[in-house]
Amino acid sequence: MSALPRAHELGLIGCHICGQVCRDTGIDDAACPRCGAELHRRKPNSCARTWALLIAAFLLYIPANVLPIMRTVSLGDVDDNTILSGVIELWVKGSPDLAVIVFTASIVVPMMKFLVMGTLLLSVHRGTNWARAQRSKLFRLVEFIGYWSMLDVFVVSLLTALVQFGFFSQVEPLPGVVYFGLTVVLTMLASMSFDPRLIWDCKDEDE
Amino acid sequence: MSLPPSSIEHTQKAATPELLICEYCDTVHRRRSLAYGEVARCLRCQAVLERHQRIGVNGMFALVVTVMVVFVQANVWPIITLGFNGEQIRTTLWGIIIMMWKEHSQVVAVLAAGTLFFFPLCKMLTMGWLLAYGRVGRRAPGFGRLMVVMHYINPWTMSEVFVLGVLVSIVKAHLYFDVKPDIGVFAYAALAVLITIFSGIDVRQLWDKIPEQAP
Repeated sequence: MSALPRAHELGLIGCHICGQVCRDTGIDDAACPRCGAELHRRKPNSCARTWALLIAAFLLYIPANVLPIMRTVSLGDVDDNTILSGVIELWVKGSPDLAVIVFTASIVVPMMKFLVMGTLLLSVHRGTNWARAQRSKLFRLVEFIGYWSMLDVFVVSLLTALVQFGFFSQVEPLPGVVYFGLTVVLTMLASMSFDPRLIWDCKDEDE
Repeated sequence: MSLPPSSIEHTQKAATPELLICEYCDTVHRRRSLAYGEVARCLRCQAVLERHQRIGVNGMFALVVTVMVVFVQANVWPIITLGFNGEQIRTTLWGIIIMMWKEHSQVVAVLAAGTLFFFPLCKMLTMGWLLAYGRVGRRAPGFGRLMVVMHYINPWTMSEVFVLGVLVSIVKAHLYFDVKPDIGVFAYAALAVLITIFSGIDVRQLWDKIPEQAP
């Protein structure tokens, strides 16, 4: 046994909900004595669920970027904005620093989530023990920053509610924002269903 | 709370609380008491295992009550005022949600209502309930189930993202209109600060801090 024993080597299970250390009795539907939640060694069907949610999120991310998210009507002029054109507008006319923040939240973070979760899933499938500490860290980063992508959805909602002057000036939400909101929710669900313990489940060759 | 029969046996054999399992890599650690400001990290994956909790049950209760007061302010007062040709429009959070619903973006309206109103509200009320009992050393009715509910609600509260959204909206609308932040935005800023303080608190510690009394 290595210097850092893992739960299954000691016949223990950590409750995924409350963190309670429980003895692994080998019973399939055992419940945590403290919070009553079902005990699992690993999250059930973690990989399949994460793949499904990630692919669904990616499919919705395409219309979210291609379709406009917001329509600005000003004295009869109609101007449709996509996520990217909104960022560019903010960069050119408003403040470049906020444009960077919006670009990060709406484009960098979701893309990073797809890449990171995809890499994690593939590496878990292959059972490699390459860069495990770094992969674990990446997962925690993705988990931590994921929900900031909602930024653009809130911005469109705020502007819609504020700019309501009929013919003179009006902002309307367009379908892109709905797809984008759903993308964020699905990527969050994907990272929640992924079990980071799987990263460490391959055989140790160095220990 | 009733437990399935298989767990009764479990309870008797439950391992000692001196152990701690890293939730990111399943490594078992021996727990040791932390000094002020100390953070225990997993030796295998560097994830945070436990932080020193400088705020006790009473402090947490005070924080939750503060958050409740600020949350009410943030919801009652308008967030932004926008002027155009002498007309003024002020909007509150619920004004935003209702407008999105009317503008055929019901999905967005539901997301906003959930992440900015209902989930934060549930979280606060649950915390308040658990801590009000916890202060006198008792577990509130439904303690276990509510702790599980909190675990699931936690990732879905997004008030701090909304604060940044307000900032971006003000800058965007400022290109064409006369915009002013309203009282509500200050309440939201205060809320964001309180949420940041709260994020350092591990709610799971309530399991240890509020022990189960003998029936």
